[in-house]
Order: sequence, then C-alpha cells, then structure tokens
Amino acid sequence: MADILKIAFVIVFFVLTLTPGMVIVERRLSAWMQGRIGPDRVGPLGLLQPLADAVKFIFKEDIIPDGADRLLFVLAPVMVLVPPSLGLIVIPFGNRIGDEYLQVANLSVGVLFTMSVLGVAVYGLAFGGWASNNKYSLLGGLRASAQMVSYELALGLSIIAVLMISAGHPNETMGTLDPRAIVERQVKYGWNIFGGGNWLMLPCGLIGFILFFVSALAENNRLPFDLPECEAELVGGYHTEYSSMKFALFMMGEYVGMTVMSALMTTFFLGGWSMPGLNRFLVGSEWWMGLLSVGVFITKVVSILFVYVIIRWTLPRFKYNQLMNLGWKRLVPLALANVMLVAVIGVLTQSPAAAAPKPGARAPIEVVQGGVK
Amino acid sequence: MTLGMTLKKAWLKLAIKLYIPAALNGMRYTLGRVFRKKATLSYPEEVHVPRKGYRGEHRLKKDEVGRMKCVACLMCQTACPAECIQIIGAPSPWPDREKIPVVFNIDMLKCIYCGMCEEACPCDAIELTPTFTKVCTTREEKIYDINKLLSR
Repeated sequence: MADILKIAFVIVFFVLTLTPGMVIVERRLSAWMQGRIGPDRVGPLGLLQPLADAVKFIFKEDIIPDGADRLLFVLAPVMVLVPPSLGLIVIPFGNRIGDEYLQVANLSVGVLFTMSVLGVAVYGLAFGGWASNNKYSLLGGLRASAQMVSYELALGLSIIAVLMISAGHPNETMGTLDPRAIVERQVKYGWNIFGGGNWLMLPCGLIGFILFFVSALAENNRLPFDLPECEAELVGGYHTEYSSMKFALFMMGEYVGMTVMSALMTTFFLGGWSMPGLNRFLVGSEWWMGLLSVGVFITKVVSILFVYVIIRWTLPRFKYNQLMNLGWKRLVPLALANVMLVAVIGVLTQSPAAAAPKPGARAPIEVVQGGVK
Repeated sequence: MTLGMTLKKAWLKLAIKLYIPAALNGMRYTLGRVFRKKATLSYPEEVHVPRKGYRGEHRLKKDEVGRMKCVACLMCQTACPAECIQIIGAPSPWPDREKIPVVFNIDMLKCIYCGMCEEACPCDAIELTPTFTKVCTTREEKIYDINKLLSR
C-alpha cells in the first residue's frame, strides 16, 4: 500500500505536475526576460496553459510519414519518456514517515541503476531520428547520440568523484552506491558540494558540481547544448516529423529528464532532503517531519530547474566542434583530475582508526554496501 | 608593468577561459530583465496611446463659425508624395475666399502618413490625428470623403 502511494506520488508529482509546471514557468519567465508578458489568458496567471496545450496535443492529427519505420517511430517517444521516469524511483525524495522511507525502491546500487536507465534514453532520440525517414531528423539523432555518449562520460566521472567524497570522510570506512546512504552521510557531515564535511575537499566538491551541472545540461539537450534539436539548423532535429501526442511525449521526456538530473544533483551534491539549521525538524519519524523533508527536497529541485531556465535564455548555442572540444578535452580530463584529487585528499585525511579494519566490519575493498533495508 | 597589473591580466585571461564568470554575469543580467517593465500591452484591455505629434489619419478643420477652413488651393494635393488626395473645387458661397472643395477624398491605404499635406496647407485646414486603429472591410471604405474628414 505504502509502495503504491509512493509510486503514485513520484508519478503524479515529478512527472505529471512538475513537467507542465516547468513548461508554464519557462514560458512566462522567458517572456519576461524578453520584455514580453507571455501566456496569461488560460486560468489565473495563465497557470492552466499547459492543460490547454495538452488538450490541443491530444486532438491534433497523428501523422506517421511515408517510409518511416513504424515500430521504431512509435517506440521512440516512449523510449525518451520512460527511462528518466524510471530513474526517479531510487531517489530519496524525503526522509521518512514512521518507518516508511520516502523512496520508491531502495537499491544498494541505486546510483548505477539511475545512470544505466538514463543512458537508455539516448536510444529514443536515435530511434526517433532514424525512423522518421528525414535527413534533418537523422542528423539530429546522430548529433544526439554522439553528444549524449560523450557527456555521459564526464557525468559518470563527476559522480565517481562525489561517491569518493562521501566515502572519504575520516569517519567512514566504506563507500556506498545507495542514494539514501549518501544523503544520510550528508546529513551527518555536511553537503558534498562543500566537500562532505572535509573542508580540504571543498574545491573537489565545487568542481564536481559544476562538471555535473554542465554535463547534465548536455545530457538533457538543453541550451547551450541543444544541438540535436536546434531549430535554426535542423528544423527540429529528431522530432521534426513527430506531431500530436508523440511530440508531447518527447517534450515530456525532456522535462522529466531535467527533473531527474536536478533530483540527482540535489541527492549527490546538495544534501537531498537536509537543510542545515532545520535538520532537527527533518530527521525524526513524525509525519510532519517527513512532509517537511519532502518540501525541502522539492524546493531544491525546483531551484535547480529555475537555474536551468535562466541558463537557457542567457547563453547562446555552442558550435558542434566546440561542444565536442569541451566534452572530451576539458570536462573529461578535469573530471579525471578531480577523481585523482579526491582520492589523494581522502587517503591523506583518513584517520588511522577508521583506516584499520574493525572486527566484524567487511573488508574495505568491498565498495558496495549490502542492500540492507 | 607592475606585478599587480600582470596578475590582474592573468586573472582576466583565466576568467575568460573559464567562461563561467561571464556566464554568471549574463545570467544575472537575464534575471534582472524579469523585473523590468514589459514592452507588450495586453491589447484589448490596454490601448496604446500615441505620443504627441503622432501622424495618424487626417481630418479637416473648421473655423470658429463652423465653416470648413479649406480653400481648395490644391497645395496638399501637390505636396503629397503618395498622390492619395483628390480635390475638386467650386466657387465659394462666402465672400472671404474664392473656392471651396466639393470633393475632398483621401485614400488612407495609399497615404504614407508623412505629414507633408499638413506642412503645405497655407490656411491650417488639414491635420493628422493620432487615430490609427480604424478598421474597414472593403478598400472603398478606406477612401475618406469630405464629410467623413470634416466630422472628425
């Protein structure tokens, strides 16, 4: 029962509420930034505009072009929307209510799981581009796959760095891939963006966060890295031929991807549901404490989404060679260097007591903590 | 060059290379734009009020006893670069002038609203008003005759 409630909350809030909310916020904010007013006719402050959009999308004619690969053409939007939604399930969106931890599935390899399902999303874009039987779509799909594969590397390496930060605290003997454990360590010691309680790690945390953020922008095909769908060159990239609800699914997939990335950033770097100064109201098992922790988490996620919007309407698009240069020649080496730096600092600052194997503890070589609930 | 200047130069070079300070500055600017006054008007509720001296559709003026000021001298017709004014004169019923117009048509669709007719008029009889939103459904409606021009 509780599981169903949690799944319902994740789907209803993170997918079906945050996405349209994000759309309307983005449209209004971009309008304000450009000196316009934006959509303000449907509902109070134009808040029901996404609803009107959805109705319009549903009633539009659904066209499948001649010569399209019908199966892949239909499959592509699903492949874009489902993986990011799956990635949401391991993210702890709050502390706990009673004994129920506010996380749909507690996987001991949660980080790996999220990374792997997010990696699947690239198939959706590649399929969409290929199945459309259109040159521009194909180019968009190609660009999308090349870009996402390149930046996934930097993303993964910055995650390795953050995992090592949370493992490298002097009091800890083992690393963990469990998002909930990562958040709990941040509650105990401090946020990973500031080095997870070890002030020597501060630059590592900051660099890791910036690397993660830039790679996340590229992963989500957001400006300044929206080359796969840039309107000026490719008409619309991989979704040129899509219409009606299939196009809406592409859009939703994009926005859900942003939400997942923000949630991951919050979990890995910004302390998940914790908030310094408020932690004594958040750590308990009372129901209102649980709700408050959910509120804190959502606030963080929404703030990051807000930054996404500002970045989109500020920075111009990179050229493709610049994108690849940045990815392979700057971000990947920097991420590797960051991992090295974290490792060196971690080893140097580890206290002898923590380094010595404790009786009963598992050998420190075993990085993955068991999936104990 | 002092050490301080060299350091500053090196720092600036690094900041440009890093791209992040410039990006943050740009984001601050973009965010500042959010709170500025919007250029768009919500049209049916808010109507644009033209500035003083705006050149909209014409009108013909009347003098203090209610007679039209125009004397059909054809100066405006001559001055008009778009040739949108058509005047046919007739002998005047009043002793202070020789002619008055019986036909005074302005084709508002040909008019370029340059204001040359207003400049050319020797007796200050024609004027451009700030009106710019008059709608019509046929081209003929947009050719304003003397009655319409006088009544505005």
